[in-house]
Amino acid sequence: MEQQYPVLIVLIPMFTALAITLIGWFRPVLCQPLAVAGLFGSFCSAVATLVQVKNTANGVISYHLGNWAPPYGIEHRFDGLNGLVLVMVSFVALLVAIYAKKPVEKELGGKISNFYTLFVLLVTGLLGMTISGDAFNLYVLLEIAALTSYALLAMGRGKAYMATFNYVILGTIGACFYLLGVGFLLIKTGSLNIADMGTIIPGLGGSNTILIAFGFLMVGVWIKMALFPFHGWLPNAYTYAPTATSCLVAPLMTKVSVYVMLRIMFWVYSAEWIFEVVQWQSVVMAVAVIAILMGSFFALAQRDIKKMLTYLIVAEIGYMVGGAWTGTSLGLTGTIYHIIADGLMTVCLFMVIGSIVYKKGSAQFESFKDAFQTMPWTMSALVVAGLSMIGVPPTCGFFSKWYLLGGAYISSNYVYMVALLISSLINAVLFIRIVETAFFGATSEEIPDPHDHAVRQIDESPLSMLIPIWMAAASLVLTGLYTRDIVTKWIQPILPGGLI
Amino acid sequence: MKTLALVISLLMGSILVVSLDDLPAWGDVNSPANSHVSAYYLDNTMQQTGVPNVVTSVLADYRGFDTMFETGVVFVAVIGIMAILRRDQRLEDIEKVERPPYFPPDPAITGVAARFIVPFMQIFGLYVLAHGHYSPGGGFQAGVILGASVILLAMTNGLNGALSRLTEDWFVLLSGLGFLIFAGVGLACMFYGGNFLDYSALAPLMGGEPSVAAVKARYHAMLWVEIGVTFTVMSAMFAIYSYLASDGWMDRGL
Amino acid sequence: MAWLEANYNYLLVIVLLMIGLWAMIGKNNLIKKCVGMCIFQNAIIMFFISMGAKAGSTIPILKLKEGATTYGVNDYIIDPTQYDNPLTQILMLTAIVVGVATLGMALTLVQKMYAEYGTCEEDEILEKIK
Repeated sequence: MEQQYPVLIVLIPMFTALAITLIGWFRPVLCQPLAVAGLFGSFCSAVATLVQVKNTANGVISYHLGNWAPPYGIEHRFDGLNGLVLVMVSFVALLVAIYAKKPVEKELGGKISNFYTLFVLLVTGLLGMTISGDAFNLYVLLEIAALTSYALLAMGRGKAYMATFNYVILGTIGACFYLLGVGFLLIKTGSLNIADMGTIIPGLGGSNTILIAFGFLMVGVWIKMALFPFHGWLPNAYTYAPTATSCLVAPLMTKVSVYVMLRIMFWVYSAEWIFEVVQWQSVVMAVAVIAILMGSFFALAQRDIKKMLTYLIVAEIGYMVGGAWTGTSLGLTGTIYHIIADGLMTVCLFMVIGSIVYKKGSAQFESFKDAFQTMPWTMSALVVAGLSMIGVPPTCGFFSKWYLLGGAYISSNYVYMVALLISSLINAVLFIRIVETAFFGATSEEIPDPHDHAVRQIDESPLSMLIPIWMAAASLVLTGLYTRDIVTKWIQPILPGGLI
Repeated sequence: MKTLALVISLLMGSILVVSLDDLPAWGDVNSPANSHVSAYYLDNTMQQTGVPNVVTSVLADYRGFDTMFETGVVFVAVIGIMAILRRDQRLEDIEKVERPPYFPPDPAITGVAARFIVPFMQIFGLYVLAHGHYSPGGGFQAGVILGASVILLAMTNGLNGALSRLTEDWFVLLSGLGFLIFAGVGLACMFYGGNFLDYSALAPLMGGEPSVAAVKARYHAMLWVEIGVTFTVMSAMFAIYSYLASDGWMDRGL
Repeated sequence: MAWLEANYNYLLVIVLLMIGLWAMIGKNNLIKKCVGMCIFQNAIIMFFISMGAKAGSTIPILKLKEGATTYGVNDYIIDPTQYDNPLTQILMLTAIVVGVATLGMALTLVQKMYAEYGTCEEDEILEKIK
């Protein structure tokens, strides 16, 4: 049974989705408990496999599907990098499944069983993408995740249709570029297995096709993770989506695309080849810096807090791409740690904003007036998440910025360091503005009324929404406190060679 | 916008043309793509799986996990289109929505001809499924032919007639059931002690000498998973057609 | 000329890729964008299939030997150079199915937008959204 844990991570949600379709079509009230149960099973398998991989010799667990040895069959490769991402994805999905009960009942009418089926299948696609060791299997699961996310985002109706159509067009371009890159690699190496390609490519010498394949793979993955200048689809698509959808999709989809980029960069190709033969480092660092600054400045200009958060996602992607392309092991450690930290921060923030929308109807600044008096627990969680975004110890945001700044300093990327610090400052301004409106009962343009001593009633969000918010906020602090364990036990053993 | 699109596509085209010298010649028998992994499949499929159609054996056995998720993609298309298009009283006031005028099809000529053709199409679809081990065919192709037979009935005799034969409850159930059959065969392999989708673990069911039984188990399990794929694809084809044609109302079509 | 003759299969694929990408980004009508998406995906499918062709070979279904009466392992001609590459064809079966599902999703969204805004042109819809 212990050997089957790696495949159970993907199988349990898949069977749960089928059960939700077959049972939930006739009894909609059972959909949400089934979803929570399935995602909990997947989370347990992910944690169990993560504990197992720590005890293996070379830090990799390989599972052969159909019992065919790779490269003739498909394999699942589980190591420290995707183990951490799998645990984060299943944990975030579990939290949102618990949280989603009330918003879905309010916003989605009779389509409850469809929503939960698509929800669990999206998580299945993301988990499968992360654990797969085969490049074409990754493409199929990428398309499952993409198709379910198109349907989930379009359920917002109204303005969501145009935003989702834009996402469909851009997402298809991204996935097709990825497929074209895999085709070029197949034509030169003859294999589809990631580890196998990694051993064949160094023997091919300076081949033009391999370089162009790298280009197409990178551009495809950058479109999927909304790196500047391909970020146009993200703000609109995530703002007009239903509440539970944006809580699920925003933390996860772009981060798993960052993981795919790391896999391609360091396990298919090697660090020596990227940083010495392909001289793109300065261009990509410049793009990352522009992404960080542009995301932060556009976030300052928004009146709708949900749209502000989506621009912050664009900035965070800039952090991660810049960290990976510095070419240092500290930078790569920072990027891997930031994948987990950012997933947890984003889910906490989106769930808080979702509660405000559920209670007050919209996420404009006006909805936050006196929020500290009416919704104290929810707003305290917002403060914790805000501290993590700014980078205050002991939350995890501080440690990821620490590693990223260290990596940038060692490789002399001073512009990137300055961009990171400016973006922290802008995050501080953004969150202090929200906290000020919530505390003093007036937006920044108005003057609070000094004679208004009315005590507002506490109208807190329901318990099914509050518990996941606080679990996410607590996990931010816990992840920060256990940073040394996470980095030494799982991240450092798998860092590839050839980095500074 | 058009100039930007022109610049981007010319850029992409020129990058691709630069790489052409490096690609192997068209029809080269010894290129890496033709010799590393696929030569193994051609050499060993007959003795390991007993199926001469190499495409079916690789699709359903060596890379069966991919095929399972491909079935999943079809299933997601059904659920996704249903989630977006289906009319729901709680989300909008159905009475007030304006509907375009309806021109029912006249079944005098096309309807009668279609009713003659549909049984032959369905028998051919089942033949394509069953003979997929020896001739071009298999689950996806058979599912499309069977779905097309129902769509032909819907186009010529009216969508409400076809929907009364294959109701919405049934095609949601069938698409889920097809995916469940595929995944269930894989799960049964796990119960018998093998990895997921390791059909040779089902050898005890076939009886006889173990090495021969393993090949037989792979041969038969491939047919079962193809049946699951056919169910899903057939209901998906008809579901997509009926949702798009009736714009979510599910009572009358084009 | 010799370069054209040697590479014309890849050149055709590249031309189709360019047409598809230009249509997806540059065209104003939503249905034309969907058509461009189809062209782009089909071009990639043709690229993979032409990658797997072998000169003088037949489809990848094993042929019986001359005068074989039984259907065992030794009655088939097993020679990889005589059969096309099956791996690329299988990958493309998956890609075709994925393309159909994506096209279905895109057309659904176009239908909903037409019902809501009454037009299929992107600039008119963006005007109405503001």
